[in-house]
Amino acid sequence: MHAVIPYVIAALLFGLGVYGVLRRRNAILVLMAVELMLNAVNLIFVTADVTTAAAAPHAGAVFALFVIVLAAAEVGVGLAIVLQLYRLRKIVAVDEVMLEAAPRDEPGQAVR
Amino acid sequence: MTAVLGTMLPGVPLLFGLAGLLLPPGDAAEPAPGGRPRSAGEPGRRPAAALGIAGAAISFAVTVFLLAVVEDPIEGGIRWIRFGDLDVTLTFSAGVAALYVALAVCAVSLAVQIYSVDYLHDDPRYAPYAAQVSLFTGAMLLVVCAGDLILLLVGWEVMGICSYLLIGHDRRLPEAPAAAVKAFLVTRVGDVGFLLGVALLGVDAGTFRIEEVLAHDYDAGTLTAALVLILAGVAGKSAQFPLHTWLPDAMAGPTPISALIHAATMVAAGVYVVFRLFPLFTRSPAALAVLGVMAAITVLLGALSATAQDDLKRVLAWSTVSQIGYMTGALAVGSPAAALFHLLTHAAFKALLFLAAGAVIHTVGTNYLSRMGGLRHAMPVTFWSFVIGLGALAGVPPLAGFWSKENVLVAAAHATDGGEPTPAWVAWLVWIAALVGVLITAWYATRLLLRAFFGPSREWSADGPDWEVGFDDARYSPPRAPHDPPGLMRWPILSLAVPSALLGLAAFAPGFRTALELEQPHLDVAVILPLVLLVAGAGTAWWLWRAVPGVDPVLALGRAQPVLANGFYLDTLQHLLVVRPVRALASSLKLVDERVVDATVEGTGAATTRAGTLLAAAHQAALPRAAVAVFTGALLLGVAAAIYGVAS
Repeated sequence: MHAVIPYVIAALLFGLGVYGVLRRRNAILVLMAVELMLNAVNLIFVTADVTTAAAAPHAGAVFALFVIVLAAAEVGVGLAIVLQLYRLRKIVAVDEVMLEAAPRDEPGQAVR
Repeated sequence: MTAVLGTMLPGVPLLFGLAGLLLPPGDAAEPAPGGRPRSAGEPGRRPAAALGIAGAAISFAVTVFLLAVVEDPIEGGIRWIRFGDLDVTLTFSAGVAALYVALAVCAVSLAVQIYSVDYLHDDPRYAPYAAQVSLFTGAMLLVVCAGDLILLLVGWEVMGICSYLLIGHDRRLPEAPAAAVKAFLVTRVGDVGFLLGVALLGVDAGTFRIEEVLAHDYDAGTLTAALVLILAGVAGKSAQFPLHTWLPDAMAGPTPISALIHAATMVAAGVYVVFRLFPLFTRSPAALAVLGVMAAITVLLGALSATAQDDLKRVLAWSTVSQIGYMTGALAVGSPAAALFHLLTHAAFKALLFLAAGAVIHTVGTNYLSRMGGLRHAMPVTFWSFVIGLGALAGVPPLAGFWSKENVLVAAAHATDGGEPTPAWVAWLVWIAALVGVLITAWYATRLLLRAFFGPSREWSADGPDWEVGFDDARYSPPRAPHDPPGLMRWPILSLAVPSALLGLAAFAPGFRTALELEQPHLDVAVILPLVLLVAGAGTAWWLWRAVPGVDPVLALGRAQPVLANGFYLDTLQHLLVVRPVRALASSLKLVDERVVDATVEGTGAATTRAGTLLAAAHQAALPRAAVAVFTGALLLGVAAAIYGVAS
């Protein structure tokens, strides 16, 4: 198998991830697009590990393991944020999140 | 021993004055039990009065003791501080002549302190007043006793601030603060010159000790420059011609303060400094010429302006300007002894005149001569004090002023022969001005006496004077009839009347004469000319007054009267030429400060805040836009890296 094939696939996967991050409105789909990008990078790591003579052998595979762990953690945090957002605002569309701070109620008015 | 006493001489009033400043002011503001204001002798004022009187009295006693004991000049001092290779020492050195001046200062100060206890009997701020008088006295004694130019400068400046405080003492008077500021600023103009002159002398000689400065060999240009600069300071403090404008306005201060400033402390300081540095002046004819011209103008200006004043104290103030002109004139014609003699007699009779004027004002409730008259029978003590004082001022023969003025005239006439360091034309100028001054002085002295004490009494109504009290520098209810002052005010006046009458005869005492290096008084034919002028001046005033009784002799001056009454409009001129340009400059500077400097600072802040707001708005991006920005950035970085990689 020629080494170009996994590289091209990795590039396509990464492009797909970028497109998903940029175009998707649903927060969960955005997270999935991020996973795609991470896995594209993983693919490159593994490919490079077997096709090139590295100074440290299996370094690419080790990095891929690291990335998998990080991705798991990231998805955990990301999903938690999305769930919390959904509970608070009933939305999961990222472009509908209001960034301006909501006007805080005056303490005096709150009593009234 | 004597050195310690010499240090005590200025030290005691200064310390007592500083201690007095710690006393609570406003003791009379809270009425004593019973609702009436506290008066003299009540607990609130007693410490202040005691400190003030004790300070003056101790100095007086020390001076008398030193005069009795000391033959040679007192010397003593320590090194104070070192600037580079310039030593500044705390040196006290007082010759016998200086001790006589110190005696005059202490005597006048003592009289003023005692007098003030009654004169300011219900002043709410008596305690700081008495303390400031003490400080003023101590500062003048410091000037008199200083053996170092820097020490002299310290005393000089303390006097400046004390005069400011005391002239502005009465806050109820609308003109007092302005007069105080004017006195401070005008003398300050001169003091800048004085400071530069002292620096020039000291740096060139490498020391500030007066003895060494006098012995140092300056080159002519430096010396003349330094002396003319010092003369600027002298003109400011001693109220000489260009810088005299503050003195008549300083009448806003309480009357005892006028006595102190005019007789002993402030205006005498300038003359004394020239006396002290006189060996330097003899080496610089140019400086002497400047001094002489200044003196001649001042004598005539002061005397002429005194003729037309309606304010009793202003007459005396202008007469001071003119008499100080006599002293500087005597210095200019090379006779420091005559100047010092006139300074001493002038201290006696001018203090007497001011304290007596205070008694008149106290009883009449106004300063205006046009509202006095006929006081002779009601207040005989004050009347006779005035007769003695004005006689001495005009130079009536046996009184003090005659002898000292005679000395000045003889010195000036002597210098017209040439052969002195003074140019002969300056001597002529001084001599003629002094003679004309005698004529005019006799005129206004007679007018003052006639207007205030003779003629019809400008009637009193049943409740006292029927005009409002215009100038109450000590608040009191107007009396029902004019009367002589109470004891604490009367005794200082009476005790000052003695030297005013007899001090001139001291010129016959050999000890006094050698101390001042005064010449033996000789009564020859030269004495006739001033006497004739004296009689002519007094006679003219009397005749004018006699011809139309009860009418001010000043009306004979016609159109010149307003010019003279306004002091030749020099105040207006000063206002136009100095005050208004300076104010305009100040307001334009303020504008620049507000519009340029302030605006720059505040603009920097405002611009930063605005830029921050813009950046904050740019940062508030929703996730899609933020992601686009991140990827665009990554793309740009990648492209840049690629280009860099290709290029290298």
